[in-house]
Amino acid sequence: MTPFKRRRRGGIVATFDPAEASVLANLAGQVIELLRDRNGAQITDPDPLLGELGMMGPSQAPEDPVLKRLLPDAYRDDPDDAAEFRRFTETALTSAKVANAEALMSSLADGGLDGLSDESIEVELDQGAVQAWLRALTDIRLSLAVRLGIETDEDAMLLESSSDPAVVAMGELYDWLGYVQESLVQSLS
Amino acid sequence: MTTPTPVEVDQPDVEDIVELENPWVTVVWNDPVNLMSYVAYVFRNYFGYTEEKANRLMLAVHNEGKAIVSSGRREQMERHVQAMHEYGLWATLQRADA
Repeated sequence: MTPFKRRRRGGIVATFDPAEASVLANLAGQVIELLRDRNGAQITDPDPLLGELGMMGPSQAPEDPVLKRLLPDAYRDDPDDAAEFRRFTETALTSAKVANAEALMSSLADGGLDGLSDESIEVELDQGAVQAWLRALTDIRLSLAVRLGIETDEDAMLLESSSDPAVVAMGELYDWLGYVQESLVQSLS
Repeated sequence: MTTPTPVEVDQPDVEDIVELENPWVTVVWNDPVNLMSYVAYVFRNYFGYTEEKANRLMLAVHNEGKAIVSSGRREQMERHVQAMHEYGLWATLQRADA
């Protein structure tokens, strides 16, 4: 990957190897799938009015630990307020997260990712896509971190010394995603 | 530079006064995943804070485990918390005196 940088006229640009781009698209797809499982097909076509009326959203926090992190309680010590808030807002939050992950995938597709070509994938992000990428990369990293059991700053550093090669590989992927996001944030300032 | 002209000030509602006396706060909690640069970026980009203030709040989250990043009416804090959740930050709201 070549890090994100701002083009003199135009958007923010980076280049990925096809394998890297596939992994990114794959991870974004997994986030979408997980979020869709939470609320069913309705979140692909949310009715904003029903959403605002609070007639569709669940009031219980998800049991899945990844979803629990992506859709956290808004009230820490008040279960009733947390449930009420969730009922009114979770559908919109879920839809936004799905849309962000989809935007990341379509940037990669626009850059030439088709699963066949071995040419590098250049993505050019406009302002809207930058915002979607920042959030989608965060959701992907949060999901991986929960799966890897990262709960403290030290946990992340211990991954490379794991005796399980799968954990080491996932840890490297997690680090790489951090690098991608850092380069995107730095390109904005 | 301009000089402000006097304007008629609306009388605040009683409800507003109660809200102001008893405001709510948005708290952002530390997590081991979000990058420091990203958290500061969110504070600048979403709240419109200066780089200095955004960095100070980010470091408070990082070092003290949490920071109050905004205060005001409850509905406003709820919007902030939802926005933070979309950014992937771990945020909650509570009464200021809680």
